[in-house]
Amino acid sequence: MSTTTRKPAAPSRVDVRKTYKLYIGGKFPRSESGRSYEVFSAGRSPKFLANAAQGSRKDARDAVVAARKAHSGWAGATAYNRGQVLYRVAEVMESRRSQFVAEVQAAEGLTPARAEANVSAAIDRWVWYAGWSDKFAQVLGGANPVAGPFFNLSAPEPTGVVAALAPQGSSLLGLVSVVAPIIVSGNTAVVLASQERPVPAITLAEALATSDVPGGVVNLITGVTSEVAPWLASHRDVNAIDLTGAADAPDVVWGDLEAAAAENLKRVLRPAGSGVTAVEPDFAREPGLERIEAFLETKTVWHPKGI
Amino acid sequence: MPTFEYAPAPESRSVVDIKSSYGLFIDGEFADSRGGTPFKTISPSTEEVLAEVSEASTDDVDRAVAAARTAYRSWSRLSGADRGKYLFRIARIMQERAREFAVLESLDNGKPIKESRDVDVPIAAAHFFYHAGWADKLAYASLGDNPRPHGVVGQVIPWNFPLLMLAWKIAPALATGNTVVLKPAETTPLTALLFAEVCQQADLPPGVVNIITGAGATGQALVAHEGVDKVAFTGSTAVGKAIARTIAGTRKKATLELGGKAANIVFDDAPLDQAVEGIVTGIFFNQGHVCCAGSRLLVQETVAEEVEAKLKARLATLRVGDPLDKNTDIGAINSREQLDRINTLVKVGEEEGAVRWSPECELPANGFWFRPTVFTGVSQTHRIAQEEIFGPVLSVLTFRTPGEAVAKANNTPYGLSAGIWTEKGSRILWMADQLKAGVVWANTFNKFDPASPFGGYKESGYGREGGRHGLSAYVTTGATK
Repeated sequence: MSTTTRKPAAPSRVDVRKTYKLYIGGKFPRSESGRSYEVFSAGRSPKFLANAAQGSRKDARDAVVAARKAHSGWAGATAYNRGQVLYRVAEVMESRRSQFVAEVQAAEGLTPARAEANVSAAIDRWVWYAGWSDKFAQVLGGANPVAGPFFNLSAPEPTGVVAALAPQGSSLLGLVSVVAPIIVSGNTAVVLASQERPVPAITLAEALATSDVPGGVVNLITGVTSEVAPWLASHRDVNAIDLTGAADAPDVVWGDLEAAAAENLKRVLRPAGSGVTAVEPDFAREPGLERIEAFLETKTVWHPKGI
Repeated sequence: MPTFEYAPAPESRSVVDIKSSYGLFIDGEFADSRGGTPFKTISPSTEEVLAEVSEASTDDVDRAVAAARTAYRSWSRLSGADRGKYLFRIARIMQERAREFAVLESLDNGKPIKESRDVDVPIAAAHFFYHAGWADKLAYASLGDNPRPHGVVGQVIPWNFPLLMLAWKIAPALATGNTVVLKPAETTPLTALLFAEVCQQADLPPGVVNIITGAGATGQALVAHEGVDKVAFTGSTAVGKAIARTIAGTRKKATLELGGKAANIVFDDAPLDQAVEGIVTGIFFNQGHVCCAGSRLLVQETVAEEVEAKLKARLATLRVGDPLDKNTDIGAINSREQLDRINTLVKVGEEEGAVRWSPECELPANGFWFRPTVFTGVSQTHRIAQEEIFGPVLSVLTFRTPGEAVAKANNTPYGLSAGIWTEKGSRILWMADQLKAGVVWANTFNKFDPASPFGGYKESGYGREGGRHGLSAYVTTGATK
């Protein structure tokens, strides 16, 4: 080797890379299992993106405990307050917009313009659901004219702790479209991020942590869906499960998860599709009330009238 | 104080005409079963055989579902107004034949005639009347875009309110344009079969309502049938879970109305005499065969002794006996199996150390009977405080603060109903907010109305019956495929 070798081009700064962790109870722990798995970008030449934490059964159970702990406070907050908290998430996401765009682009293999549109829709979805917080009860509840001296009122309440399989394909818009309707009514959530596209989910967790969403209201686990989902489906302290992300999840049979959920009669939101086939819905469309309604209980109170 | 004995005041049986045997009601006509083994239905108050009933085989289930499928094509296309008129007709015929239904229900089920006459039958007719009016107004019901029926609905109902549960199931299904295959309970098929005659009198198109009798196997075949698009079930939590597993991984919809272990909470400021009446209604109505029965009395410590004394005095006046006697308060236990289950759990209650009390009262020699029973000194961990007994057995617990009452009331896997007794309106609403129960009665109990949604939280099932909410269980919405 010659002593006059060419110097490499002046290196740009060596960037500080992030360790991607779980989000449980408002904190960012590693998986208790100590495991991680490699995450690559989508497209023809996959690039290494991250070593995401590979969540375990124990992580899922810890997340359920955190979600249960957070439930009464979040459900007890005023609807107006919950609406502002959801709106704040949109604000925080907006300020991290470029990061989300880059990550969605890498995760889903989209053009920059498509990634931009996706992130915009995801931010707008928070705004849409924020507006529902103090309205769905008026739309879905009401007074019932019973034959007797009673004021009879039916009003929706949150179901409790909801587990959700986030969509495998739509890593951010789909995720937001699943999480926002669960929490807007006062439920708390344990979310399994897209198995192969978890990076935008982790960044969303950071946005949630720096917004006004109380710790434990949304808990996010990255990892292998088929490994963790059965534990959530059979967990006795989970009140409902959203199986949207069963579509295209490797080795996941949604009917098996629904059967496991029958053990404590969880409310089950089945994946879209027909027959046994599950497909990921088109999240670009304006959602209806269905996803909010799926995780509500109707309580009817007979209040006496008299003098 | 001198007491005057009640003279017997039996309702006449002559109003009902029970056939010696019944076929299955399929496609508008009574037909023989293909391969089922007939069984007998008895009067639980005398053990007298009332009739022989067909058991629907899997073949029969196929035929009934096929008839419902054929009828669905035209029924779902009929105008809402016309569907509504059929339901109005049914409501009217049920009112016209109300006494017949009441006597038959008390004979087959064992419940007191005053309950079948004043509660079961009139509310059943009211359900048809209520839903008749919805049939042509579904677009106004805020059910979502483009509400339309599921198709064929398989319905399985229990023995505690045979006709009323039939009405809860069939009325909303028909109003929304579905057709029905309904299986009444094995021990109480007769009013459903009489209802089939009502459908004939109303000229309801054949196949819109099919009634198939049988036991668990028939119900299982119906629920699992590929031609059934939606399942509606009222019954035990164990069977409800089995149904949820059966339909898992399919696109079948389900509403499940299951068990309960309701807390009836009495505060020290409650009107105590009224509360005692409510406690009695809560647990001794219909022999306690009520999923939403107030089977756990939670009474504030400061008035516990007083409430207990008043309750015992009141229970001593209850009349247990002939269901057809108009003065009877408590009728027969519906079946020997149920009586055995009640006996088993009551024995467990004694073994676990709770104190058992019943008023002195004579029980008839034949039939299935159980004295109204109160357990005091019950703690949260006792099985009689946790498990549904489904009989005239009350467990009494005490509390000091509203917070403690809430914690105890919610300490159950069930969540169907609850009761609150207090003079304070703000406390009613605060308590109602805290209780994990689908129906909360304040200063009343066991009230039902077709306009008022009914159904539970947690392991008491999902979906609602009655009101606008009940309708939504029978429609699908959104864009057509």
